[in-house]
Amino acid sequence: MTESPLVDTTAPPPGADGAVPVARARPSLILGEHGLCPGCGEPVALRLLLEVLQELDLVTRAIGVVGHGCYGSFVTIMDVDVLQCLHGRAPSCATGIKRVRPDVAVFTLQGDGDMVNEGLQEVLHTAARSENVTCILLNNGVFGDTGGQQTATTVVGQRTKTSLEGRDPAVHGYPIPIADLVASLPGVAYVARGAVSTPGEVGRTKRLLRTAFERQLEGAGFGLVEILTMCPTGWFVPASSGPGYLAESMVATYALGELSLRGAR
Amino acid sequence: MTELQLLDGCAAITEAALAAGCRFFAGYPMSPFTGLLESMSRRMTQAGGTCVNAESEIEGINMALGASAAGARAATGSCGQGIALMQEAIAEMALNQTPMVVFNMARNQQDYFQCTRGGGWGDYRTLTLAPKDVPEAAEHTQLLFWLAERHRMPVILYGDPVLAQTQVGVRIEPRDHGPLPPRDWVLDGSQGGTGHSRQVWTWAMGKVTDPGPGPDGQWRAMAEKFDRIAASEQRSEAYRTEDADTIVVAFGTAALFVAYVVDELRAEGMRVGLFRPVTLWPFPAAALAEVTRTASRVLVFELNAGQMLDDVRQHVHDRETVGFIGGVSIHESGLTFGPLLDAAPIRERIVSAIDGQAPASLPAGRGGAR
Repeated sequence: MTESPLVDTTAPPPGADGAVPVARARPSLILGEHGLCPGCGEPVALRLLLEVLQELDLVTRAIGVVGHGCYGSFVTIMDVDVLQCLHGRAPSCATGIKRVRPDVAVFTLQGDGDMVNEGLQEVLHTAARSENVTCILLNNGVFGDTGGQQTATTVVGQRTKTSLEGRDPAVHGYPIPIADLVASLPGVAYVARGAVSTPGEVGRTKRLLRTAFERQLEGAGFGLVEILTMCPTGWFVPASSGPGYLAESMVATYALGELSLRGAR
Repeated sequence: MTELQLLDGCAAITEAALAAGCRFFAGYPMSPFTGLLESMSRRMTQAGGTCVNAESEIEGINMALGASAAGARAATGSCGQGIALMQEAIAEMALNQTPMVVFNMARNQQDYFQCTRGGGWGDYRTLTLAPKDVPEAAEHTQLLFWLAERHRMPVILYGDPVLAQTQVGVRIEPRDHGPLPPRDWVLDGSQGGTGHSRQVWTWAMGKVTDPGPGPDGQWRAMAEKFDRIAASEQRSEAYRTEDADTIVVAFGTAALFVAYVVDELRAEGMRVGLFRPVTLWPFPAAALAEVTRTASRVLVFELNAGQMLDDVRQHVHDRETVGFIGGVSIHESGLTFGPLLDAAPIRERIVSAIDGQAPASLPAGRGGAR
């Protein structure tokens, strides 16, 4: 059997003289390899989330509620107490957890199919109640887990298996900019949208996540961080084209940045 | 002894739930469940708990699921129509082993299938108690919180408008039903970073460093668990059945009316008795088979088109003895029972069946009832 040609990115590269580049050190809360496709943005978002939990010293006082999508498999590799919930219902489950354990940092991990399709009602009501939880949306504009069908956030013109000629508003309607919608609700503390398509956006998105958790710890109320993630498999583009496709198609529809700072100090 | 309080069923259930340690409730108004939501809303805060006026039944039960997974004694409820919306979460909790008490303060007895079969997916069961009156509903409430935690499953109290709205004198005595298993499954957030962080998950795959049984193992284990519960948790009451030639089978409030008629007919020398399933699931199969061994007639009275009838026919000593004397009977408002829930029509139907005649009031259509 020949040696695996895969490069181990979880350890320092040869010749690093003992210095551990920050971007290559695997957070200790990641227990193993993710099984997702090459070029997928979701593992990057998971890493940012777990780094933030560690940096804020929340490792032993955090509970995640994970929905259904490719990222659902993270339940087996993230070393955090987790409720794997029903499709779309994570914000409601998080509500129950937070009311019972107000001192624990409670977050949801949901995709666009989970939050904006199946669970639109749950996230809107939880936001309007200003529950002191942090909802994290991994938005790639398709149902990745089932092979690339149209979701409620598929951008106009985007081709999917259920919009073969591209999303046509006359036929398929318009995408829902969930973060903007939530930001318009009174009582919401913090809403932001980031991306993981470039090193710069990865760094900015980590700061957005950190701010969202800081607001929760202050008791500011509901927070939502939407993270645009690449899905080259579901977009039917080469893995290396994912970041460029994200920038051209999704960012044009979904502006990046902080959308609501009502809970800011 | 605790003081005697004048309480309606909703208030009595609320006090019993608090006595059982319930500290989280979430629900969505729907009559006659509304009364329970209102009394929970009033009393839960006073008891230091949480009651959320959920924006939908689906949100309510998922909030309660989260609260229970985080370690609270939690409950929710609705009427049959709202419970229909909760089926997904009820099945989920049965398979991921989240304790939950669901109060079905129903409008009638048409939810028997819903309580005992359910509409969720998978090999799951829901233990269901059907109290006959308010004091028993209070007792059942405390028992249900214990059963839910003992077996780590959703359990149902099947009530009705009479139960919800009738005021009677009740003593809420805190009851000790026995020791409970350790709560080492509760998510408290403390196990992160240990390599053994906790997980509540229907598929039970565990962590890569600490694998769980996975879906095949988990669902086999659940099927075996429900088999054990089916054998161990059957509850029933036999009333004046010792020498009964005719046994009427009825549950809940309907059984209370049948018991009254049984007393009337006994006073006239007729050998009539009542068999009352207290657990609808598990159905008290062994007790029914035994009590009907020498009866020549087994009459099923329920306020629906014949749902429990299936279970009676399956478990009675002799299927040929079974007759159906119930039927659909709804008040014109749609919110409560119709005129069939009364001693006179019940008496007429029992006597007609004994005389071998069809009662004049028997409805033409009985749904799928044979």
